[in-house]
Amino acid sequence: MTRPRTSAPPKGLDVEDTTASGRPPATRPAARPRRRFRTHLVVFIAPAAAIYTIFMVYPLLDSLRLSLYAPVDGVQTFVGLDNFVHLLSDDLLSDAFWNAVWNNLVFFAVHFFVQNPIGLLLAALLAAPTLRGRSAYRTLLFIPTTLSVVIVGFIWQLIISPVWGFVETPLLGQSSTALVTLALMSVWQYIGIPMILFYAVLISIPDELIEAATVDGAGAWSTFWRVKFPLILPTVGIVSVITYVANMNAFDLIYTVKGALAGPDFASDIMGTLFFRTFFGFQLQQGSSTMGATVATMMFLLILAGVLAYFYGWQRRIQSYQL
Amino acid sequence: MSNRLGRLAPAVGAVLVLAACGESADPRENTDAAGDEDGGSSGGQVTLVMESWRNDDLAIWEDVILPAFHEQHPDIRVTFQPTAPDEYDAALDAKLSGGTAGDLITCRPFDVSLRLHEDGHLAPLTDLEGMEAFGDVARAAWSTDDGSETFCVPMASVIHGFLYNKAAFDELGLTPPETEEQFHELLAAIAADGTYAPLVMGTADQWEAATMGLQNIGPNYWNGEEGRQALIDGAERFDDEQYVAVFTELASWAEYLPSGYESMTYPDAQNMFTLGRGAIFPAGSWEIALFNEQADFEMGAFAPPLPEGQDTCYISDHTDIGIGMNAATEHPEEVRTFLEWTTSAEFADLYANALPGFFPMSDHDVEVDDPLAQEFLSWRDDCESTIRNSYQILSRGEPNLENQLWDLSAQVLNGTVQPADAAAQAQAGLERWYEPQQQ
Repeated sequence: MTRPRTSAPPKGLDVEDTTASGRPPATRPAARPRRRFRTHLVVFIAPAAAIYTIFMVYPLLDSLRLSLYAPVDGVQTFVGLDNFVHLLSDDLLSDAFWNAVWNNLVFFAVHFFVQNPIGLLLAALLAAPTLRGRSAYRTLLFIPTTLSVVIVGFIWQLIISPVWGFVETPLLGQSSTALVTLALMSVWQYIGIPMILFYAVLISIPDELIEAATVDGAGAWSTFWRVKFPLILPTVGIVSVITYVANMNAFDLIYTVKGALAGPDFASDIMGTLFFRTFFGFQLQQGSSTMGATVATMMFLLILAGVLAYFYGWQRRIQSYQL
Repeated sequence: MSNRLGRLAPAVGAVLVLAACGESADPRENTDAAGDEDGGSSGGQVTLVMESWRNDDLAIWEDVILPAFHEQHPDIRVTFQPTAPDEYDAALDAKLSGGTAGDLITCRPFDVSLRLHEDGHLAPLTDLEGMEAFGDVARAAWSTDDGSETFCVPMASVIHGFLYNKAAFDELGLTPPETEEQFHELLAAIAADGTYAPLVMGTADQWEAATMGLQNIGPNYWNGEEGRQALIDGAERFDDEQYVAVFTELASWAEYLPSGYESMTYPDAQNMFTLGRGAIFPAGSWEIALFNEQADFEMGAFAPPLPEGQDTCYISDHTDIGIGMNAATEHPEEVRTFLEWTTSAEFADLYANALPGFFPMSDHDVEVDDPLAQEFLSWRDDCESTIRNSYQILSRGEPNLENQLWDLSAQVLNGTVQPADAAAQAQAGLERWYEPQQQ
């Protein structure tokens, strides 16, 4: 951002700022963009855009398309929204689906209310000016995030196994505890992400603000809540939405630990595992690519709804401060 | 350091490029081309690729079974190319539709393979020479519903029973049970002693409860084939008393399982037993090879104990593996040659002894050297064989009977569903889509 501001302003600056450059705003848009078409921008964007389109956008759109088809006499036929009607009205499928949605929300709630507050607490402790061995703690706390899910699942399974481990209660074997246990395993692994994001913001808060607060007589507690916390609110939002998207897409840990049937009695079944069984089939159950795509589309819509709610309900309302 | 890495990067890049070049010169393409030009003369060797989910058996195929075939047929080369078991079906489906699947396909029993046959992926093999070595029961798993066409050569079946720790039995002065009453006394005695976990099994993976629990002891209750056919015909129902009884017997195991069995996985159970911490392991014969290797105590086996007042014993002798021909293969003649060889006594003998616990299904007399495998095999003489009742036809709809039995058996053992409710739920599941059960 050291480039002199000759064209469109960098994102985040408001209108007063651009008019302050002295040029009449009306003439600018007509004069500039045509003369200097930025070919290099296209060149730089093209590889990423191409790869993203081929491997992400196209499959996503094709999956949405597939959810509108069903095999009729062995031929894929367009059936409109029949798959969705079936998914939501068939007693077996809709039970499985709502069970998975509910479990997914529980899985997210555990992350939201446990992972993110603890991540914030750890970040606040790490950012404390008197802390010694800061980088060692930072690294140690972040290491689980870099581990493979398979390893995390395996280690925790051993630790809490009544046969080999330290816990007498079969936490992963009871309907009442399995899902929350799995969610906490995932929290343990990913705590480093919110921690690092919060930490990065906390250390970027200028010392003057803190000093000013101290001079005004604020203690550590009120400095945190009245000065620092408002400054990290945008990050709280981002962390929440990242958590939401990742949790609604979750699959790997539960599949690794509990398998595709996500037992006991589907107590840990989430949309990812439901999708897997529906799409690929399981044991003697045959897979259905169209019904699988329908479940995937519902996942997509739920995630979209959550992200939109974040954008309209949160991000546009909160105030960001330029530090 | 960074300097060294800097020099390394182009080298790695170059290796990657070279590797990519290597792949484009696939040796298989060369042999194919050569085969076509020579018309199968002495110079051309045909390579056949065999798809399988038995990745545990890779070494046995490569070192024992295939060399014997190559010796007799130097012009054919078979490569064993396994995929992980739980990915096999999906991967095979994708490869078959994409036209990249191998020439030889290892067949799952019943509907999975039947569907592949109906879709034209598995070629008919009814007239294959040597097929007469297999009886109707063996062929049933890979034949059309009316039995008119067969599309895979039956390769092996697995038998259910119980493995026990002989050292533990000797120490406690116990003998293998013959009746269910003796079985319960035995379990109570082991539990009272407290040194060993009486029954080693968990319910976390769900399938053990159904496969090594319900399907292991079940045939004695529903009279094997008779009951299985009656379910298919709609003459009997899953909530009949014999099914409630088998769920009740299964539920009675719960107090003899290790504490925390609800979260014990299949590998946990295997390890616990082979480490000598348990007395009895409800098993399938496929465990034999691994257990022989891992356990340092002597093991014995007994067939499912007979319920009170019954004198015919029934065992689950489940048709598990077959081998078929990819209809799109470029070398149908060579594939048939290989398949004919798999019907031979020589193959049966090689296979049975290389993989103790997987029993050939052909009529050839096979000597199995492993004493444990022999014990399992001997039950075929005294007992009636049947297969798992959820495999043929009854898992074609939603809900799928096999998956339902996994869930229900595990829950019966966990005590979260009562035996009568489990039977009723299975019946309700069948009634939902299976016409003969709807009357």
